[in-house]
Amino acid sequence: MSLKKISKEQPEKFEFNQQSLEAAKKILSNYPKGKERSAVMALLYIAQRQNNNWIPLSAIKYIAKFLNMPYIKVYEVATFYSMYNLSPVGNFHVQICTTTPCMIRGAYKIVDICKKKISEKENVLSENGNCSWTEVECLGACINAPMMQINNDYYEDLDIKQSEKIIDEVLMGKKPKPGSYRGRINSEPENNRKTLLDLKNA
Amino acid sequence: MLKDEDRIFKNLYNDLGADLNSSKKRGDWINTKDLCEKGRDWIIDEIKKSELRGRGGAGFPTGLKWSFAPKEVGSRPHYLVINADESEPGTCKDRDILRFEPHKLLEGCLIAAYAVNSHKCYIYLRGEYYNEGIELQKAIDEAYKNNLIGKNASGTGWDLDIYIHYGAGAYICGEETALLESIEGNKGQPRLKPPFPALVGLYGCPTIVNNVETVSVVPTILRKGSKWFASLGKPKNTGTKIFCISGNVNKPCNVEEEMGVPLKDLIDNHAGGVVGGWENLQAVIPGGSSMPLLNKEISEKITMDFDSLVENKSGLGTAGIVVINKDQDIIKCFARIARFYKHESCGQCTPCREGSGWMWRILERMAKGEASREEVEMLFDVTKQIEGHTICAFGEGSAWPVQGLLRNFKKEIIKRNNFDPLIKSNKDIPYLVDQHLLEKDNAQNKS
Repeated sequence: MSLKKISKEQPEKFEFNQQSLEAAKKILSNYPKGKERSAVMALLYIAQRQNNNWIPLSAIKYIAKFLNMPYIKVYEVATFYSMYNLSPVGNFHVQICTTTPCMIRGAYKIVDICKKKISEKENVLSENGNCSWTEVECLGACINAPMMQINNDYYEDLDIKQSEKIIDEVLMGKKPKPGSYRGRINSEPENNRKTLLDLKNA
Repeated sequence: MLKDEDRIFKNLYNDLGADLNSSKKRGDWINTKDLCEKGRDWIIDEIKKSELRGRGGAGFPTGLKWSFAPKEVGSRPHYLVINADESEPGTCKDRDILRFEPHKLLEGCLIAAYAVNSHKCYIYLRGEYYNEGIELQKAIDEAYKNNLIGKNASGTGWDLDIYIHYGAGAYICGEETALLESIEGNKGQPRLKPPFPALVGLYGCPTIVNNVETVSVVPTILRKGSKWFASLGKPKNTGTKIFCISGNVNKPCNVEEEMGVPLKDLIDNHAGGVVGGWENLQAVIPGGSSMPLLNKEISEKITMDFDSLVENKSGLGTAGIVVINKDQDIIKCFARIARFYKHESCGQCTPCREGSGWMWRILERMAKGEASREEVEMLFDVTKQIEGHTICAFGEGSAWPVQGLLRNFKKEIIKRNNFDPLIKSNKDIPYLVDQHLLEKDNAQNKS
């Protein structure tokens, strides 16, 4: 798996707040008795959400205690999966899919825009500290290529002009409208539909 | 072209709404109770007769898989796990099912769980599909509220709980044993098989792992009958399938078609043709990035089903079709695919962990024209040493696309990389050659 940079600046202490605690307890009830460690991935997500979209080492320790697991086991999980951020990211974390189906439709042009507007390097905060970007592997929206994910939302069917606009908005701290940017409906062939036509007009 | 009434996913483009009421109008959840009352053996038998093959990539017969689950529940409970960790480049069919047809999936879960004696079902959803997860959870809550799942689900007398388990961005967790490891709270590294999950799976209990699309088509098959399903497509490659057509086409789209539909028909008719016309076609990846590419001549006449693609040294995989036209640098495209595999290798087996990086680095140099003539053979040798030497099928998945490239575009690569080899002397210098390979027949590939 990819190399993960662990932040040098770490907060001393981490504890779940009330809301996270409730969410964690609800997750635990999903799994059979004695198999609580299955919840480790979900708990890491909860910690990440609570702590401004990144997981400090103290949170890993806290979760290990919470689930009665060895620290190293939680550390292993946190470093194995690519969606856990182990160092701070921007409020708007831009992830650009650059795997082949997106690449051949021009994903690297969006990468260039990010380099120009956000920061020269991946995973480095923008000047106003609001934004960061990274290249990721296939996000599973290949027919809507090129696309990017900002926090939880997908932005699809992009071109240079629209990507610039989205990045500008994000840098100003506004959330752009997610979805297709060519106005097409979901995954249908634009103006070329040959199937399920009677339903379209229904 | 397939008739509209034979299409299973009527709401593929979300014309009708994904909520419970709209789904019921399309026929979901109507007579689930009657279907279950016909008994486990009838369900498994119908699925066997329909010749449904798993839609997750390997194409294993679903009915057969279900019949592997122990008939009686012993001391260990049974589990049903749905694989919604769709991350194969070129594939995005499950996303639309999760968003727009969640009730087909949930009803399929109930029938499948009933057939394999399971009271608990986990849906392993990839972490990036956060919004799709919310839609799915909404559908699950709706189903609970209407007593379609939960205690005495749909009046069948069977209890079923369905939970979503979010992944966190690891492609390897789409491999069934890695997926089970991941649910257990470990890093996703595949297990050795046998024992197969049907006997020793999640928490050491019998577990059936199925792809989203496979389970979602089950209720419709049972309702319309296995004969109807088997009458579509080709023998042993029956039914319908969602094809995702992406890359250099004018109108990239998802479309449900019959198995065995000609590839050219899919590209020209549904996806609006290749950018720059059919003559501009360079290659097609037919089944997600793991499957070897097809050149233009084969793409012209191939039909999309498991067997005819295997005959042409490729595979249907997940049916994610990536079209590459002549404006693209084919070596660069595959260098990027190699980078994907280098990034996603779980690091458990050495041939894959190291080999995937080698392939990527060699291909990157080849794309720039910095490799020597001899390295083309060396690259092929590396792929051969990964293939078949790993615990899971990831090794094959990373090696096959490179082999496909070398089979079809060797001339182009050599034209661009025509340097003399660094060491010109014979290959049997002891420290340059793995001695154990010289002793075996496969050493022939070397020279």
